Amino acid sequence: MDEAAPIVAIDGLVKRFLARGRTTTALDGLSARILPGRITGIVGPDGAGKTTLMRLIAGLLLPDAGSIRVLGRDAVAEAEAIQAEIGYMPQRFGLYEELSAAENLALYADLHRIDAAARAQRFAELLRFTGLAPFQDRRAGKLSGGMKQKLGLACALLARPRLLLLDEPSVGVDPVSRRELWRIVENLVGEGITVLWSTAYLDEAERCAEVLLIDGGTLLAAGRPAEFAARMDGRSYAVAVPESGRRALQRRLARDPAVVDAQIQGAAVRIVLAEGAPAPAGAVRVAPRLEDAFVARLAHVRARGESARPTLAARAAADGPAIETRALVRDFGSFRAVDGISFSVARGEVFGLLGPNGAGKSTTFKMLCGLLPPSSGTARVAGVDLGHAPARARERLGYMAQRFSLYGDLSVRENLEFFGGACNLRGARLGARIDWVLDGFGLRAVAAALSGELPLGYKQRLALGCALIHEPEILFLDEPTSGVDPLSRREFWSQIGLLADHGVTVLVTSHFMEEAEYCDRLCLIYRGRTIAMGTPDGLKRRAASAALPDPTLDDAFVHLVADYDREHPP
Amino acid sequence: MWGRIRALVVKEFRSLWKDPKVRGVLVLPPLIQVIIFAYAANFDVSQARLGIWDEDRSVHSRALVERFEISDAFRRIETIDNPQAASAAIAAERVVAVLHIGPRFAADLLAGRPARVQILIDGRRSNTAQIVNGYAGRIVEAFARERVGTGGGVALVTRAWFNPNLESQWYILPGLVAMLTFSMTMMVTALSVARERELGTFDQLLVTPLRPTEILVGKTIPPVVIGFGEAHLMLAAAVFWFEVPFTGSLLLLYGSLIVFLLSGVGIGLAVSSVSQTQQQAILGVFLYLTPAIILSGYATPIANMPEWCQWLSLLTPNRYMLVLSRGIFLEALPLELAWPQLWPMAVIGVATMAFATWLFRKRLG
Repeated sequence: MDEAAPIVAIDGLVKRFLARGRTTTALDGLSARILPGRITGIVGPDGAGKTTLMRLIAGLLLPDAGSIRVLGRDAVAEAEAIQAEIGYMPQRFGLYEELSAAENLALYADLHRIDAAARAQRFAELLRFTGLAPFQDRRAGKLSGGMKQKLGLACALLARPRLLLLDEPSVGVDPVSRRELWRIVENLVGEGITVLWSTAYLDEAERCAEVLLIDGGTLLAAGRPAEFAARMDGRSYAVAVPESGRRALQRRLARDPAVVDAQIQGAAVRIVLAEGAPAPAGAVRVAPRLEDAFVARLAHVRARGESARPTLAARAAADGPAIETRALVRDFGSFRAVDGISFSVARGEVFGLLGPNGAGKSTTFKMLCGLLPPSSGTARVAGVDLGHAPARARERLGYMAQRFSLYGDLSVRENLEFFGGACNLRGARLGARIDWVLDGFGLRAVAAALSGELPLGYKQRLALGCALIHEPEILFLDEPTSGVDPLSRREFWSQIGLLADHGVTVLVTSHFMEEAEYCDRLCLIYRGRTIAMGTPDGLKRRAASAALPDPTLDDAFVHLVADYDREHPP
Repeated sequence: MWGRIRALVVKEFRSLWKDPKVRGVLVLPPLIQVIIFAYAANFDVSQARLGIWDEDRSVHSRALVERFEISDAFRRIETIDNPQAASAAIAAERVVAVLHIGPRFAADLLAGRPARVQILIDGRRSNTAQIVNGYAGRIVEAFARERVGTGGGVALVTRAWFNPNLESQWYILPGLVAMLTFSMTMMVTALSVARERELGTFDQLLVTPLRPTEILVGKTIPPVVIGFGEAHLMLAAAVFWFEVPFTGSLLLLYGSLIVFLLSGVGIGLAVSSVSQTQQQAILGVFLYLTPAIILSGYATPIANMPEWCQWLSLLTPNRYMLVLSRGIFLEALPLELAWPQLWPMAVIGVATMAFATWLFRKRLG
């Protein structure tokens, strides 16, 4: 039905990597067509082969078998000619952090040999287009995550490419900036540029004209997002529950063989039924999504029930809130990053800190786990004042950093031994806790493996295991599932839900609204202040309007931030 | 508290040991360095290239030339017969020195007049020139004494204590052991915190109940142990391979070494506290180490330095360890003589450790 000749034609592509004497197959006979003048999404979990595919298309790697033709040329024989006509933005674009935004652009212009006459006009165009003009003299290292991505995009666009390859451009970018990024890229398509956008997030893939679903180096499916969703018609339902009991219901539904996927969404649990399964009583039919198709598909491919479930002892209820801040302030020189934030988190609550990049969310988070002392105000964690006894407070909290930050050169067991020992465990008690993590998180089989060589999903489990080894009362999670595939994401959050139901308090920062849906309560931080606080559904209601009666959390986020800017002009 | 520190120390050793590259770096290079440096950094001159310009050509002059030729210090490279050839040979660095015997050498000698011998030396290499000059003087002096007979005259008999043959390796090796151990320890320390920062594990470490002081203690022990082990490796090489006599107290050497290493770790930790990346840490160590080695008196005597440099050298722990190491090796330095070197080193160690702790806490706050 598409008459246009494909801009990229891939046939039987195989790529293997040799590392430490082992061969891993990144791409295993992949064939696909990418059509011009549209955004094609490459969607798949981590390690699916997305980046390898991008690099092969860009002619940066040589395939072991199969062929790629890009813009009518062979990607092996004519790599240089192809590179002159494409723009490639890798996951971490090579921005020079010490140089200003404008200097970075000038550097890439030099590399592309853009002559001085054309340069001034092109720079102005790109800076206006990306909204970076006011920040062109700022050092790249000082730009926010979203601005860095836009600058990377501007650099990739310098030579007016016909094909633009974007490798997970939205990781680490807040909803507001993400929308701007999409707007920019959609404008590019309007100018006739073909875009390839890789992502692990399916709500994002839904905006693509076409998606390629990849897993394990092979193409699972290709098509329009709407077609995928349509195939799932009649299998997606929402089951309403009071917000207090939703986690228990989600767990019960997830174990039901008739249910392929059960996910918490505000005050409801959204389920996808197995083919031909009857809808449970009281369930309301909802529109299917691309993600439903993807999860249903992957659930087939991967063995179900592999998700590990730690057993937990119920915790004696203690008095007072788990976390309490009063008028918390943090200054960096003359800049006030956090400007009087107060909130209180009850025991066993999952509390989310949301906010755009640079809003003060991470600073607040760091103050709460004792990594940064506040300039004024107080923070109490588990009843202990962080200003007075930070080490005692730290004994009662577990922390999981944004990136994998365990010791990659130590084995799984050695990591657990270290974190256990650092948290005052030793002897038989330490042994018992290590067994608990190894069994509870399904890590027994890899106990002797170097943790740096584990697949991402396992690293994630180990990180959580290390954070939980001393049975903390409070768990701090910093963007815990950023870049993790949907199935691992679900597994992770079901474990978090279980912990919360056993009385562990969870504080989480996030950019992704799907993560935020799992929270009992959210605190939206913007320009150093709390601009909204409430349940996920409560925040959505505040953003509802006649034009948008049923906003997503993403919509609510953008709406609330815009509202605040209108009422408090900077 | 000790349980937490132990966990950290075990982890540090595992991290270092697991990496085959690190393992290699810790054992082989110090040994190779000690051997290369000990052979390369040699003040002794042997087989210096000599030009002979004998205008006398008598039995006596030939006897003098022969004495130069049979000495270990010289070997004849060229025979020269005019002043131009002499300056050309030195200018082109074909010879280090030219022995010039005038035409009336034998006649003067037999007539009992002062007989003159000239030695022309390449002054561009001032150190070698001085040594060659000394050797030549001694040969000529011995020759004169024998031929003329000093009779009742006074002869100077020199005896070098502690190092009778003035072997420069005896002097270099004890200092080398100190210097190499110090650089290695500082590097391991400086990299350890910076590496955690770079990998993002540092925040994770700070969020554990480990207190900043405990982290510092846990980061101090492994480098000291490693430095101590390496010092042994090098000491063994010095004693058994180079046969430098060890006359002093091993216990005193151990004590001095530990105080010395602690001061090195203190500086390493201070560097680490201000470095964000491993690259910055390496640069920081370099920035400190190079002047510290020069000022320590390892290569040139501290007494030769201008006064302000001498004051500055009081701040480098290497200076004290150098005296201790040489003293304990060669002259069986007793504790009461070691003490004036030990306490300043301990003061530096305590001061840098306190500074590192302060920096560390400040970076956290």
